[in-house]
Amino acid sequence: MQRSLPLLVLLLALFVNGPAAAQQPQPQPQPGPPAATDEFVPISQLPAQDQLPAAPLLVTAYAFVWLALFGYLVSVGRRLGKVQREVDRLESDIARGTRT
Amino acid sequence: MPKWFMPLVGINAVMFAAAPFLIARADYESTMGLVQKIFYFHMPSASMFLLSAVVCGIASARFLFGGSPRQDRLAYAAAELAVLFGAITLVTGPLWARKAWGVWWAWDVRLTSSLMGWMVAWAYLLVRKYGGPGSDKLAAGLALFGMANVPFVYISVNYWRTIHPKTSVVPTLPADMGAALWFSFACFLLLFILLLRVRVHLEEQRAKLDTLYLSLDD
Amino acid sequence: MIRTAWLILRKDLTVEVRSLEIAYTTLFFAISCVLFFAFALVKEGKAPEDGAAGILWISIAFAGTLALGRTFERERQSETLRALLMAPADRPAIYVGKLLGIVALLVAAEVVLVPLVAILFQAPLLSHPFWLAAVLISGTIGFAAVGTLFSAMLVRARSRDVLLPVLLYPITVPVIIAGVRATAELLQPDGELALVRFWVALLLALDVVFVTLALWTFEPLMTD
Repeated sequence: MQRSLPLLVLLLALFVNGPAAAQQPQPQPQPGPPAATDEFVPISQLPAQDQLPAAPLLVTAYAFVWLALFGYLVSVGRRLGKVQREVDRLESDIARGTRT
Repeated sequence: MPKWFMPLVGINAVMFAAAPFLIARADYESTMGLVQKIFYFHMPSASMFLLSAVVCGIASARFLFGGSPRQDRLAYAAAELAVLFGAITLVTGPLWARKAWGVWWAWDVRLTSSLMGWMVAWAYLLVRKYGGPGSDKLAAGLALFGMANVPFVYISVNYWRTIHPKTSVVPTLPADMGAALWFSFACFLLLFILLLRVRVHLEEQRAKLDTLYLSLDD
Repeated sequence: MIRTAWLILRKDLTVEVRSLEIAYTTLFFAISCVLFFAFALVKEGKAPEDGAAGILWISIAFAGTLALGRTFERERQSETLRALLMAPADRPAIYVGKLLGIVALLVAAEVVLVPLVAILFQAPLLSHPFWLAAVLISGTIGFAAVGTLFSAMLVRARSRDVLLPVLLYPITVPVIIAGVRATAELLQPDGELALVRFWVALLLALDVVFVTLALWTFEPLMTD
């Protein structure tokens, strides 16, 4: 009895869910495909909501240029500072005639 | 650093501050509108990218056939600048293209060969950093092949069907657009010279450090 | 100069024929590449348009990289490269000899790969055999010209296995593009031969540029 209890529970679950699964809500009826266009209508200026705004692209471009150049300067400056400190340290060590 | 360096830095900074005014005053382009103004920084940085590749190539050739370490330092500096200006070109270009062409990227000749040249510059830096002994010559050999790519990048738009504007655009610019462009070009050229000088100085200091360490070992 | 190159080629071929190690492993790798791409790209039993051309050239490039690495690894292990450089032979002749060896190896692989790709993708690869051979050989020479130079340079470098593709692939992009476009045009049922001629001309121009640059720089690059 105890060993078949889990099996019974499983079968029960299947029975309960089966009909529920069968009764999926019907999908909403899809609207039919739009009628095929039979002529193109020209327009000289796209309506505002279809235009891709240019200002964010422009600003991002210039911002990237500044950031890249500035970032490069910082990188070179850091590397230069590190090497310069090392050179100064060595030169002073040599001048003092000591070296650990 | 030489005496002319700091004054030129000051001049360059003022030029860069003035450039946006010239750019704003230039007329809009009829089909592309506001986004075309990216051109005034995109074209000069592309030119500096190609110039860096050429400087790197020439310095590499002189290093390979003459052995001068000064040329090697110049080549290393130029390669780093090629990566920098190439990155600027390859980011500002797609930002412009998104509006002008409707796509971020197209596999046309100009873009593909520029991307390839940029990857060669990256490969140069990777080889110098991780190649171990002899990597300076290795990278120099690579730089020569990279330099061979430069004329191809430039003329490709004129001989292939591409979406990128042709080289005939620049000589035929109207006066105010031409003024903004050439002023920005001068800004970038001066910047290139200054950055090259700084980067070569870094290499010179590194070489000095090496000789100091070597002299200590005696 | 030609005699030296020929001697080096004969030496390489003799060593290779004894065990055929590089030939077999390169061939097997190229075949598995083709199959791998086929499995990845085939949808509903059909490969994408132009798929056959791209897959063929990518497999040649990957197999070529492997072959280059293995060939020069063999040289490095026996220090034969140093011996060659010390011998009183023209440096450019050494380069040409090694280049011809690599080209021979890759062409041998292509002889197997082309029919395989033709079968797998129902591609009429053998409809213009002369032009296909021209495309494959000029493309292979271009790829191998740069590859031989860089592999020889990398023999004494660190991280040589990963650096070879890093150096080689960006430079050989034009060769691959031209090769794939030409092969794809040849596979079209109504492909224009004029377009194929154009791509082959471009490949030959690239071959001339690459081999010239390589011959010019081989000597300074190989000396310490």
